[in-house]
Amino acid sequence: MTTAAHRPDDTILYLDAISVSFDGFKALDGLSFYVRRGELRAIIGPNGAGKTTMMDVVTGKTHPDIGQVIFADRVDLTRLDEARIANLGIGRKFQKPTVFETQTVFDNLELALAGDRGLWAALFFRLDPAQRQRIDQVLETVRLTDHRHRLAGHLSHGQKQWLEIGMLLMQNPQLLLVDEPVAGMTDEETQRTAQMLKEIARSRSVVVVEHDMAFVKSLDCRVTVLHEGAVLAEGSLATIQANERVIEVYLGR
Amino acid sequence: MTTRHHLPGFLTGDRGGLVLLTLVLGAALLVPAGNLLLAESHPLHVPTYLVGLLGKYLAFALLALAVDLIWGFAGILSLGHGAFFALGGYAMGMYLMRQIGARGVYGHPVLPDFMVFLDWQQLPWYWYGFDLFPVALLMVFLVPGALALVFGWFAFRSRVSGVYLSIITQAMTYALLLAFFRNDMGFGGNNGLTDFKDLLGFDLQADATRAALFSATALALAGGYLLCRFITASKLGRVLRAIRDAESRTRFLGYRVEHYKLFVFVVSAMLAGLAGALYVPQVGIINPGEFSPANSIEIIIWVAVGGRGTLFGAVLGALLVNYGKTWFTGALPEAWLYLLGGLFIGVTLFLPRGVVGLLVGRRRDLEGSP
Repeated sequence: MTTAAHRPDDTILYLDAISVSFDGFKALDGLSFYVRRGELRAIIGPNGAGKTTMMDVVTGKTHPDIGQVIFADRVDLTRLDEARIANLGIGRKFQKPTVFETQTVFDNLELALAGDRGLWAALFFRLDPAQRQRIDQVLETVRLTDHRHRLAGHLSHGQKQWLEIGMLLMQNPQLLLVDEPVAGMTDEETQRTAQMLKEIARSRSVVVVEHDMAFVKSLDCRVTVLHEGAVLAEGSLATIQANERVIEVYLGR
Repeated sequence: MTTRHHLPGFLTGDRGGLVLLTLVLGAALLVPAGNLLLAESHPLHVPTYLVGLLGKYLAFALLALAVDLIWGFAGILSLGHGAFFALGGYAMGMYLMRQIGARGVYGHPVLPDFMVFLDWQQLPWYWYGFDLFPVALLMVFLVPGALALVFGWFAFRSRVSGVYLSIITQAMTYALLLAFFRNDMGFGGNNGLTDFKDLLGFDLQADATRAALFSATALALAGGYLLCRFITASKLGRVLRAIRDAESRTRFLGYRVEHYKLFVFVVSAMLAGLAGALYVPQVGIINPGEFSPANSIEIIIWVAVGGRGTLFGAVLGALLVNYGKTWFTGALPEAWLYLLGGLFIGVTLFLPRGVVGLLVGRRRDLEGSP
């Protein structure tokens, strides 16, 4: 088991003893772990282990009672709000696909495009050729080129998940948090998604929260197991699956 | 449509809006011409009462447009927008009161009649400057805008939204209703401000003045439309719709949702204030009744009937419902409120996109399919 105490220099995200409680229930209880630059990391754990709360803390939706979240070795995220954290370079994909359903695929990506988020910039915004090219590129990556003019609400479930991943790419984040990306997907879509995430992780850090063990296996990365708001085990999937305590609380005998 | 290529970008593809602009600008010319130039016996003569009535409708249409900007595009359901309308109206009313000068019943050179009646010795400080038209005009925008800024800043920063926001906007207009009813507020209490004589030196009873007020209202509506269309067709408009449909997603993309909401809320309040300022000289009175919560709810019905989120739909809805109101309150006065309520329920259930949805619905639904 790795502790955060001797973290390496190339850490992108460092959670240090985070505790959060809701009405006396400890959702996170001294949670510590770190993610390295360029790493793809899977987080697993039973329901109520604190996976989503962990994401809420990192993205500023929930402020922890104690502890620090250090991003890129310099910023403590725990007192910042969502917009600020997003602009620092952290993207988040929700469990349920959330795209802007009444707007086209292209417009969804344009809204996510990295850049000035101010009012005046938005009021007088004009898309330049480089930005248009970037959108085309992302459309290609998430396999939605042929659907660019469709309303996002008309896409299939899997396509919406991909569009949301595409929006995260448009944000050009250094760190991507992805919550259960393959829930409700067909096997083929799941495989494609795993490929997509691996591709993305080549140029940035990605943290994936997932239930689907087959999917975690296909990600082929380091795995962190959460249990009752803290890290239970961490290592390769094979080590995890052999761990007695993990088997007991999560995988089942 | 030969001028299509000369249109600014934000108007292309907005056929409903172009038709509306053409009609409103046409009316700005033709209604006064029909009133002033054609003899009373001429079949196309527009009687003066009708000029005033149409002017009132157009002021309401501008108010509906203001509500559609926030409700239709940003999902902010304000049930207190009548307050901004009334504040704009009071600012104009105060100017018109000061214009009466010594011609009041009591003949006091400075104090309006109701202040003399209350035995006040001097003008309250907040009435200073309202004898100057530019100051009053500034206040028409500034007072509703400032209230919206303060109110919105607290509400949006605390992330009050949905039905809770609707309730506090309703409470806001109700609080103002009670405050303006009080005589010691200095706004004429129950009776409000009335007995206006002239505006910029022109007699408010003269046909030409009324025709000019009508044209000014039509131009304000056209200008308001262009402004709203410019905002909603820009990327800012797409951010607003993103907030309406998935607020937290928008936040996680890095947009400061509260700034965007505050911006349109203030713009909308100012447009509502302008509508009130145009309304008051045409109906000749402003009283606290304009703050009544029911008025604000009625605006929502106009927008819902016309078609939310389309801008020209809001204008259409305001005109249709108000025409219906004029007709019904003449023919069957007791039935009107029931009809209005029934209309809202009917539209919500069967025409979620309003009359405009009926007109262009088929085409829109197909848009975006492969």
